[in-house]
Amino acid sequence: MQTTQEGATSTLQLIIAWGFVGIPLIAGVTQTLINSMKLFQ
Amino acid sequence: MASFLDRENTVAKPGYSRWMVPPAALCVHLCIGQAYAYSVFNLPMTKLIGITQSAPGDWKLTELGWIFSLAIFFLGVSSALFGRWVEEGGPRKAMFTAACCWAGGFFISAIGVHLHTLWLIYLGYGVLGGIALGIGYISPVSTLIKWFPDRPGMATGMAIMGFGGGAFIASPLSVWLMSKFNTTTHIGVMETFIVLGVVYFFFMIVGSIIVRVPAPGWAPAGYVAPETSKKLITRNDVFVYDAVKTPQFWLIWWVLCLNVTAGIGVLGQASAMSQEMFPGHITPVAAAGFVGLMSLFNMGGRFCWASLSDYIGRRNTYFVFMVLGFLLYCTVPFAGNTGNVVLFVCCFLVIISMYGGGFSTVPAYLKDMFGVRYVGAIHGLLLTAWSMAGIFGPVLVNYIREYNVTHGVPKAQAYNTTMYIMAGLLVIGFICNLLVKAVHSRYHMVGDKPGSVANGALATADSAKA
Repeated sequence: MQTTQEGATSTLQLIIAWGFVGIPLIAGVTQTLINSMKLFQ
Repeated sequence: MASFLDRENTVAKPGYSRWMVPPAALCVHLCIGQAYAYSVFNLPMTKLIGITQSAPGDWKLTELGWIFSLAIFFLGVSSALFGRWVEEGGPRKAMFTAACCWAGGFFISAIGVHLHTLWLIYLGYGVLGGIALGIGYISPVSTLIKWFPDRPGMATGMAIMGFGGGAFIASPLSVWLMSKFNTTTHIGVMETFIVLGVVYFFFMIVGSIIVRVPAPGWAPAGYVAPETSKKLITRNDVFVYDAVKTPQFWLIWWVLCLNVTAGIGVLGQASAMSQEMFPGHITPVAAAGFVGLMSLFNMGGRFCWASLSDYIGRRNTYFVFMVLGFLLYCTVPFAGNTGNVVLFVCCFLVIISMYGGGFSTVPAYLKDMFGVRYVGAIHGLLLTAWSMAGIFGPVLVNYIREYNVTHGVPKAQAYNTTMYIMAGLLVIGFICNLLVKAVHSRYHMVGDKPGSVANGALATADSAKA
């Protein structure tokens, strides 16, 4: 039981891990998408 | 420190969520994906002495072009050479090594810029960076497949999507950093390299810390491994150096090479091609938007096509790439002749999504054919197809266009022949994919012994008994 608690991943850890890579990626994608809209102007 | 990096110390404890592994993989792939944005440094590096314009003694674009070519060459070489080491040493050791090489490459390049010594940049970004690209690219592949036996395509698609998405972060970040470090007497490339080296090192180390390999025998809740091998999904493993002896390896090598050749050529020339095929309709600004949109589809295709392959099968996914690609390449000249910009754009967006999909689906294809155990190493060897395609694709597009233009073909139609050649390449790819069958059982590993050794020994024992 103790071993399970030691290695368990919390929801917070998951949010931090995904945010760590997701936030810069989404920022970059959004910027590229905005620039891409010039194709339709 | 050394023991911390060992595979044995990365085994997950009960309760560890497998959803921590994709972000760990993305930490590495988003960083090394910077390679796609390297061109933002080219122009500033031609003005390091002249500042406002190139001066005598400044580097030429042709000299700087070798940096990226060297990096891609060493990507292929290192993934092929170090694949087995990556597989046996575990993902943490590989990610850590990739982080050191990647950051080290930037630091050496910064010294090269400071001393204005080009060979130091060839050595730094080209050689060391290229080695980091190779090791980093394959490092999380087999780990992800082991964590997601129920959805291997989606899992590797997520990581390899990061490689496509790295440029979206690197490009604006690099431009912003250079603008901060630029002065009237100095171009801030050196400082930008140092900052990028530090930031990327930090990111990749975080990835190496949070990555884990599953404990032996682990399976996701509710997942039941199939009892027997399916037609094209084996439950056996093939040793890395036995895999290259199989026709399946080389057929998939050609499938990847041809799919990438078809995509990489147009990806590099998209801006010029769109403007020349639609003069007056697509301006340079709109063409830049088109290139950005293509990059987004390249990234999205990596995730979507690989995820789809979990449902329709790997071979069928490549059939879709070949058939749909063939039809779309044949449609492009029609779109050009009729001036249909929307059709042209749609064709290339789908083509480029399949280019990305080809990269991300192949690890799961290899896992289906050769098993999980050495899939990372086999994937590393297969990436030589990428290096080859990197030469073929642009050469086909550029030289055929040049030949047509010098022989009086209008620029708007100069790409038509290339499109038909690309379509032809996909026909060859279709045939190669059609020929892929299950790997013969003599290549299957017996315990820890490679199939060639074990079955060879069995043959000897049989003949001795006889």
